[in-house]
Amino acid sequence: MEELVVIGNGMVGHRLVEALHDRDSDHRWHVTVVGEEPRTAYDRVALSSYFDGASAQDLSLGDLSGPHVDVHVGERATALDRDARTVTTASGRTLGYDRLVLATGSTPFVPPVPGHDLPGCHVYRTIEDLDAITASARHARTGVVIGGGLLGLEAANALRLLGVEAHVVELAPHLMPAQIDEGAGGLLRRLVTDLGVHIHTGAASTAVEAGADGRVRNLLLGDGTRLDADLVVFSVGIRPRDDLARAAGLRVGERGGIVIDDTCTTSDDRIHAIGEAAAHRGTVYGLIAPGNAMAEVVADRLLGGGATFTGADTSTKLKLLGVDVASFGDAHGRADDCLDVVVNDAAGGRYAKLVLSDDATTLLGGILVGDASAYATLRPMVGSPLPGDPLTLITPEGGAALGADALPDSAQICSCNAVTKGALTDAVHTQGACDVAGLKACTRAGTSCGSCVPMLKQILSQAGIEQSKALCEHFTQSRAELLETVRATGTTTFSALIENHGTGQGCDICKPAVASILASLGGGHILDGEQATLQDTNDRYLANMQRNGTYSVVPRIPGGEITPDKLIVIGEVARDFQLYTKITGGQRIDLFGARLEQLPAIWTRLVEAGFESGHAYGKSLRTVKSCVGTTWCRYGVQDSVGLAIRLEERYRGLRSPHKLKSAVSGCARECAEARSKDFGIIATDQGWNLYVGGNGGFTPRHAELLASDLDEETLIRYIDRFLMFYIRTADRLQRTAPWIEAMDGGLDHVRDVVVHDTLGIAEELEAAMERHVHSYTDEWAAVLADPAKLARFESFANAPGTPDPTISFTTTRDQPVPGAALDLGMPAPRPQEATR
Amino acid sequence: MTATTTHAPPALWIDACPAHRLGADDGVAVLLPDGRQAALFRTRDNRLFAVDNIDPFTGAAVISRGIVGDRRGEPTIASPMLKNVFSLLTGQSLEDPQVRLRTWAVRDTGATVQISARAEEESP
Ligand code: SRM
Ligand SMILES: Cc1cc2nc3c(=O)[nH]c(=O)nc-3n(C[C@H](O)[C@H](O)[C@H](O)COP(=O)(O)OP(=O)(O)OC[C@H]3O[C@@H](n4cnc5c(N)ncnc54)[C@H](O)[C@@H]3O)c2cc1C
Ligand code: SF4
Ligand code: FES
Repeated sequence: MEELVVIGNGMVGHRLVEALHDRDSDHRWHVTVVGEEPRTAYDRVALSSYFDGASAQDLSLGDLSGPHVDVHVGERATALDRDARTVTTASGRTLGYDRLVLATGSTPFVPPVPGHDLPGCHVYRTIEDLDAITASARHARTGVVIGGGLLGLEAANALRLLGVEAHVVELAPHLMPAQIDEGAGGLLRRLVTDLGVHIHTGAASTAVEAGADGRVRNLLLGDGTRLDADLVVFSVGIRPRDDLARAAGLRVGERGGIVIDDTCTTSDDRIHAIGEAAAHRGTVYGLIAPGNAMAEVVADRLLGGGATFTGADTSTKLKLLGVDVASFGDAHGRADDCLDVVVNDAAGGRYAKLVLSDDATTLLGGILVGDASAYATLRPMVGSPLPGDPLTLITPEGGAALGADALPDSAQICSCNAVTKGALTDAVHTQGACDVAGLKACTRAGTSCGSCVPMLKQILSQAGIEQSKALCEHFTQSRAELLETVRATGTTTFSALIENHGTGQGCDICKPAVASILASLGGGHILDGEQATLQDTNDRYLANMQRNGTYSVVPRIPGGEITPDKLIVIGEVARDFQLYTKITGGQRIDLFGARLEQLPAIWTRLVEAGFESGHAYGKSLRTVKSCVGTTWCRYGVQDSVGLAIRLEERYRGLRSPHKLKSAVSGCARECAEARSKDFGIIATDQGWNLYVGGNGGFTPRHAELLASDLDEETLIRYIDRFLMFYIRTADRLQRTAPWIEAMDGGLDHVRDVVVHDTLGIAEELEAAMERHVHSYTDEWAAVLADPAKLARFESFANAPGTPDPTISFTTTRDQPVPGAALDLGMPAPRPQEATR
Repeated sequence: MTATTTHAPPALWIDACPAHRLGADDGVAVLLPDGRQAALFRTRDNRLFAVDNIDPFTGAAVISRGIVGDRRGEPTIASPMLKNVFSLLTGQSLEDPQVRLRTWAVRDTGATVQISARAEEESP
C-alpha cells in the first residue's frame, strides 16, 4: 500500500479523502490526514447557520477515520522535507509520504490598519472565530464589519442575530463588487438597509481605536467619521495558506497560492495542492465548487486516471438577510461586444440582468437581486442558445416556467459539484436513482448549497421514474402498489402473489415486505402456514436475534407503567432462565440470551402472569412512552400515562412499513420526548397537540405539529387516519419522516388528508383501523396454544432439546453475556461451553 | 478441498426429520454425529439442500433460520444475522468470493429427509 499524506482537513481535504475512499476499492492508498483545527472537517459554507441554532455537530461532515484512513485533528504541519519526503508536525510527529496533498485553505486577510489586533477584533472563518464573536457580542451594542462582500454581509447578519447593531464598511462604490454590478449593488444596498443594517460604501477604514478598557471602541473612516464599534469583524478577502509550500521551495503565484497545473500538481510532481490554497492559471478560487472539482481530479489521478481541472464556474447564489442575490457566468459582461438585457424594478425590489453574446442568441451570464428564483433554470443555460425571448426569461413568471427539458445534456445542473444534466439522467436510467436522495447518493448533486434541488426534481419527473420503484428483482411494483394489488385482488398468500404478479422464488427483500403487507391487511397470525417462512429474522421467532444466535424477550409494558407484582415476575423469569436484564430506551425491560428452544417456556411464564408480546421484533408499534403527567407531576395538565396506555393498547400489533414509536407528555416541558416520535402527543390546557414525523435513529428529526388542542376522541381519529394512510402509501422500510418528506405537498398534504379529508378516504382509513383493533390477539399466546407453531421452536430437527453447542456465555458485571465466538470452520464445542 | 484419503468411508445417511416437518421454503438445523451442524432446506420447487449452519461472517449457528429465495434463478439462502446471501447449490457467498459454506448431500425417502454425514467436499 502506498502512503498519502493530506495536510488540512477542511472542506476540500475532506472531499478528496472521501472521493478516494469511495473509489479505491483495491486499497492502493493508506491515507494520513493532518488537520490543525480541533475537530474534523465541517461545512464552512453553512458556517453562519451556527448563529441560527445549528451545532458544531450539525455542521460536521463526518469523521473519515477507518482501517485505511488516519485522521489527526488539532495537529499542525510545520515543515515539509521534499528530499526525505516527510512532513513534520507541531507535536513532533514525522510522516513519510509517497504522495502529498496540500489542502491548507486560506486565512482571512486582516489589513494592517492601526489597532487591527485590539481585543474585540475578529475574523469570520472557523467555529472558534464564531465562538469568539459570540463572546464579544455579549457586551456589545454596535459592531462594524469591514468588507461588503459575500462574507461581510453574512457576518453582518450574524451580528444582527446576536442582537448587535450592524454596520458594513466597503471600500468599493457598491456592495459585493466581485459578483454584481452597480445597478444591482444599489438595489441590494436599499434592501439591506431596510433590514436595519447600516451601509457605508466608498469608505476607507483608517484606524481601529481603543477605549479606556483597552478594547475596541471606534472605527475611524477616511473622511474623518468615527463609527461606534464595540466589536469589529474583518472580511476583506482571503490569503491562501502557502507558507509551508513556500518554505519548501514550491512555486507560488505572484499574489500567493501554490501554483498548480491542470492535473492539480505543484512544481514537485509528488505534491498536489487543492482548494483555496492553490493558484490555478493565476486564479485562487474562494468558493467550494472549484475546490471540490480539484479534489475529484486528484482522487482520480491517484488511482491512475487522467482527469483534469481547467477552470471553474464562479456562480453564486445566496440568501442574505432574507434577500436573494445570484450572480453567474460572465456577470460583469467582460466578453467582447456582449449585450445586456436589464430589468430594474425599483418599486418591486427586483433587479435582473442577462449578458448575451453579440448576436443575442447565447446566454453568457447574469445577475439577479431581490428574486433569484430563475437562477436554477438560467445558470445551467450559460453557453447554450436561449430558448426564447431573453426579456421573458427574467420577468417574474418567465424563468420559473422554463423546465429542465429546455436544457441540453451538457448543461451543468449542480455547479457546486459539477454535475451535468446528462450525468443526472444517466443516474436515473442506469444507476436506478429514483428520488432526490438517490440522485444525491449517485452524483452528489444537491449536496452542497442545495439550490439545484428544484431542478433535480424536474429531471426525475421528466425521466418517468416509475420503473425504479421496483421492490426487488422479483417484483417490479413498489410496496404501495403491491399493497393495492393485494387489496384489490384479495390475495392472501405470497405464493399466489409472486405467481400472478411477480417472477422467481422471492428473496429476503420481497418476502418480509409481502408478509408485512398481508399482516397490515389483517392476514391472521404471522406464523400461520407458509407465512412463517416469509418473516424477517426477528419476526420469524417473535424475538430479536442477538449476535450469538440467542434471542431477547421484551414483554409489553404499556406506557411504561407496571405493578410491583408484574415487575417481580419479570425478575423471577430472568433469574430462573439466567437472562441478562436491561431497562431499554423504550421504557420497558429486555431479557437477553434465551436460546431458541427456551422461548416457549419463558413466554408460558410471562403469559400466565398477564404479559403480552412487546413486538420489539416487528416492524410495528413499539412503545408509547409517557411522562407521569397529572397522575403525579405538579406541572401536568392532562393524564399522559392514561393516554399512552390507551394508545399503546389500540395500536399494539399493527404491522407497518417500518417501526412506529410514540410518546405522550403531560405538559409542554415534554419529559416523554414526544417530538422525537413518529406520532407524539403533548398536553395543553385545552387538550392535546399532535405532532407527526419525528424519529431518532440514523437521521434524527423532530416531529411537526399536525393539529392542536384536540379532544381525546378527535385525537385518536386523526392518529387512526394518519397511521393507516402511512401504511397504505409508504415504501418498504420508510419511516414516517421520509414518507412525509417524499410526499407531494409534504406535511400540508398529510394535514389535508388526515384533518380535512380532502381525498374522502378518512372513513375507510378509520374502518381499517377499527378492524385491526378488533382482530388483535397476542401473538405469543397464540403460539403457545398451537402445537404446529410451537414445533418450530427447536434447536435441531433431529435433537429438539439439545442446546446449540456453539452458544456459550461469560459473566460481565454479574450478568451473562455472549462468550467468545467460535473459530470459524471449527464448529466443535469449546470446553467452557454449557455454563448454563 | 479434495479428499486425501484413498479409502473414503461409505456415505452415512442420517435421519434429519420427518418429511412433512420440512415444508416449502422452510429450513431446519441438523446436529451431525461429529458435532457439526447442517442447515437443511426445501425450496418452493421441492428441491432439498444442506449447507453449513454456521454463518461464517458472524460465527453464529443460525443459517437454518434464514430466508430461502433466488437470485436470477439460482436458489439462495440469506443469513438472518447480517443478511449475507449464499448460493444453495454451491454454498458460495454472493458477496465475498473467499467465503463458502460446506454442502451436504440430501435425499427424501418419502417418509424421512436424510442427510449425508460427510460434507460433499470430503467425498472422493
Ligand atoms: C433494546 C434497545 C436498546 C436498549 O438497550 O435500550 C434497542 C435495541 C435494538 N434496536 Fe433500537 N433499541 C431500543 C430503542 C431505540 C430507540 C429509542 C426509543 O425507542 O425511544 C431508538 C431511536 C428512536 C427511533 O427509532 O426513532 C432506536 C433506534 C433503532 C434503529 C434506527 C431506526 C431509524 O429509523 O433510523 C434501528 C434499526 C432499524 O430499525 O432499522 C434499531 C434496531 C434495534 C434492534 C431491534 C436491532 C436488531 O434487529 O437486533 C435492537 C435489538 C433489540 C433487542 O434485541 O431486543 N433501533 N432504538 C431499545 C428497545 C426499546 C424497546 O423497549 O422496544
Ligand atoms: C462564512 C463562510 C461562508 C462561505 N460561503 C460560501 C458559499 O456560500 N459558497 C461557496 O462556494 N463558498 C463559500 N465559502 C468558502 C468555502 O468555505 C471555501 O471555499 C472552502 O471551505 C475551501 O475549502 P478548503 O478545504 O480549501 O479550505 P478550508 O476549508 O479553510 O480548510 C483548510 C484546512 O486546513 C487547515 N490547515 C491549514 N494549514 C494547516 C497546516 N499547516 N497543518 C494542518 N492543517 C492546516 C486549516 O486549519 C483548515 O481546517 C464560505 C466561507 C466562509 C468562511
Ligand atoms: S412533561 Fe410536564 S407533566 Fe410530564 S413529567 Fe414533565 S413536567 Fe411533568
Ligand atoms: S448547485 Fe449547490 S448543491 Fe447543487
